[in-house]
Amino acid sequence: MSETIGYILLTVGIAFDVLGCIGLVRLPDVYNRLQAGTKCVTLGTAAILLSVLFFTGFNAISVKALLCIWFILITSPTAAHAISRAAHRSGIRLWKGSVLDRYAEDREGAEDKQ
Amino acid sequence: MKRFLHFLIIYAVWLLLTWSVQWQELLVGVLVALFAELLLGDIFPVEGVKIFHPRRFFWLFVYFWVFIWAMIRANFDVAYRVLNIYLPIKPGIVKVRTKLTSDMGRTFLANSITLTPGTMTVDMIGDHLYIHWINVQSPDIQKDTEIIVRHFERILERIFE
Repeated sequence: MSETIGYILLTVGIAFDVLGCIGLVRLPDVYNRLQAGTKCVTLGTAAILLSVLFFTGFNAISVKALLCIWFILITSPTAAHAISRAAHRSGIRLWKGSVLDRYAEDREGAEDKQ
Repeated sequence: MKRFLHFLIIYAVWLLLTWSVQWQELLVGVLVALFAELLLGDIFPVEGVKIFHPRRFFWLFVYFWVFIWAMIRANFDVAYRVLNIYLPIKPGIVKVRTKLTSDMGRTFLANSITLTPGTMTVDMIGDHLYIHWINVQSPDIQKDTEIIVRHFERILERIFE
């Protein structure tokens, strides 16, 4: 029974990881790509790690896997934030189909003060 | 007191990572936890202490499920956009306002926004968050705040404020 759940979680996790990779290829600019990368890869990897719990039972291995889920949940959005902020500050424009960019508007004046 | 609590948290993580009760492991754990606490204790958020309260724990539990649900929806949202042949995106960076004041609450809010449907935190200046939205619905700050921030903020307020 628990192995079946493990296989289901494993499949779902790999499926979302693949979707994240397709997103990386298809979406147009760095910000959109980060969106696909962060969301899908976080849940996909978390599901794969959770499947470890169902395969091995509650022991030293699965506790490490659960801790890894927690670390991924904290670090992955932080990394996405750092990359997108750095990209914007180093002058990478949004995709030409973007509708508005409040960050650039607000930073025009701030550039001189720094 | 605060430092001792940090020490306990670090030591608990160590125990979970090693998952053994041999005395060598326990001793090295004490040394490592002390070292980590002395090195990094200053940047550990102060609010970490305040959270140990049953009511806050209850809301943290509620928040956990809200967050998981939002994350699953986010993944199906990305799947829909990526697999659709016309690539239905309308990206842009919008500005929203948060009422949260504590560092920990804001960190949770920003990270949650990144992992929920179509939004990603780019930067925070003062009370304003700059959010990259894959499908911008309106350029209005008030309306965007309602849509993106409000449902998390309601719960996070009860946990961290």
